Formats: sequence, structure tokens, C-alpha cells
Amino acid sequence: MYNFTPLSALIGGLIIGSSVVLFFYTTGRIAGISGIFAKVITTKTNRSSNYLFLLGLIVGPLIYFYTSNSPVNFKITDSLLLIIFGGFLVGLGTSMGGGCTSGHGICGISRISIRSIVATFIFIITGMLTVFILQQFGVYK
Amino acid sequence: MSEKLFSLLSGIIFGIGLVISGMTNPEKVLGFLSITYNWDASLIFVMGGAIIITAPAFFLLKNKTSSSLGLAIQLPQKKDLDKKLLFGSSLFGIGWGLVGLCPGPAVSSIALFEPFTIIFLMSMIIGILINKYI
Repeated sequence: MYNFTPLSALIGGLIIGSSVVLFFYTTGRIAGISGIFAKVITTKTNRSSNYLFLLGLIVGPLIYFYTSNSPVNFKITDSLLLIIFGGFLVGLGTSMGGGCTSGHGICGISRISIRSIVATFIFIITGMLTVFILQQFGVYK
Repeated sequence: MSEKLFSLLSGIIFGIGLVISGMTNPEKVLGFLSITYNWDASLIFVMGGAIIITAPAFFLLKNKTSSSLGLAIQLPQKKDLDKKLLFGSSLFGIGWGLVGLCPGPAVSSIALFEPFTIIFLMSMIIGILINKYI
């Protein structure tokens, strides 16, 4: 299997899960990033704590970069069209579908929500189909 | 005050988890979505690792009506598989497959000062506003 990193993936996942539990235990809310992001833009409800959660999402990696010597791997498409269209669909789709990889994929599945299980299945399948089609046109190798 | 403190702390921990898991790298996420060629199953371990922690926690806390800080528990109440869920999740999957970024990693990658992720986030905001007002 290519680039397979099960250990760091599992450790990262355990840390993400701990964050979700801490957030729920203390604030009573679900740590769905698309929801938190959309609420910051569209409502005043819990605005400052939502802003602080998003700020933490940026500060966390910065702390990690400056305290560990691990290299930062980041490779993204150089097509502006893909970026704009992709970002637009992620914003529209997650707000219409009420969640993303964290809200549906982690929180919803662990609450055994049928809606979230179906949503996660759909976005993984459509994501895989999209990558497959792009590969046929040589966009991704 | 402590609600804000714990929100920030939760965000920091989530962000550290994301970067350790490798999911802040779009190439790695695309590796998972590339099921027919050089498949990288790491993302399953990220979700699995998170759910191992969250599933028992949500089960143990399911009858609580207020959080440890005395705030009301807010859980999604919808139960039906409506068109918006199915159509919205499909659109999200397509956008996710086009770039390899979902909302969490998109926000976290601001830490990398990559201009393209800023454009991605601005496009996301337009998508969110269109869903709200149209």
C-alpha cells in the first residue's frame, strides 16, 4: 500500500477523538468543523467560543511545528480552478448536508446516527468517484 | 470564560491531532480517495482512532442534559434522510475529491501560510452564504 502510515494516523485519530470528547463534555456541543465554521459566518450564536475553536485549529499545528522536528508534508493542486470550485462545493455541500468529515464522519457515526452514516458513505463514494474521473483526465496521478 | 478557554483548548488539540494524522496534507487525503490506484488507507485509521474514543464517551454521556460547565447539551435532532442531506453530502464529496481538503484541514492549513488554502476558504464561505441566502 502506498504512503500508508497507520500508526501516526491512529495516534492523530485518538487525539482528534479526545478533542471531540473534551469539547462535548465541557460545552455540550458537537465538534463539527463545518458547522462551527458556518456559524461563525452566519450567526452570532456562540460566536466567540466558535472563533476560539477555529483559532485553536490553527494554533495546534503551529505548536506542533515549533516543538517537533518532523517535516511538514503539504502538497496541493496548482490549479486555481480546482481550488475555487472545490472550496465552493465543500462550503455549499457541508452547509446543505449539515456536516463534514468531523461532524458526520466522527461525531455522527459514534452516536450511531443513521443520517451521518449515510452522509459519510455518500461523501466518501462521491469523493472517490471524483478522484477516479480526474485521474482519467490526467489531473491526478 | 471557561467555555471560551475549553473551546480554544479543544481546537488546539484537534489541530494537533489533524497534523499528526497527516490529514492536513491534501495529497494524503487524495491518496485515500484514490481507491483504484496506489490506495492509502490511513484515513480509515484516523476516523477509527477518533471513533474508538468518541463512541464510548457519547454512549456514557447520552443521558446528560447539561455539560460540566452547566451549558445545555446540543445534539442534532433530525432523523430523516432528506434530499438536502443526500444532495449536500454528494456535493461535499465532489469538492473534497477535487482538492483533498475538508473544512478542518482547510482551517488548520492557514498555519502553513499557503495562499491557495486561503482562496479555498474564501470559496467555502461563498458556498456557505449561497446555501443560506438562496
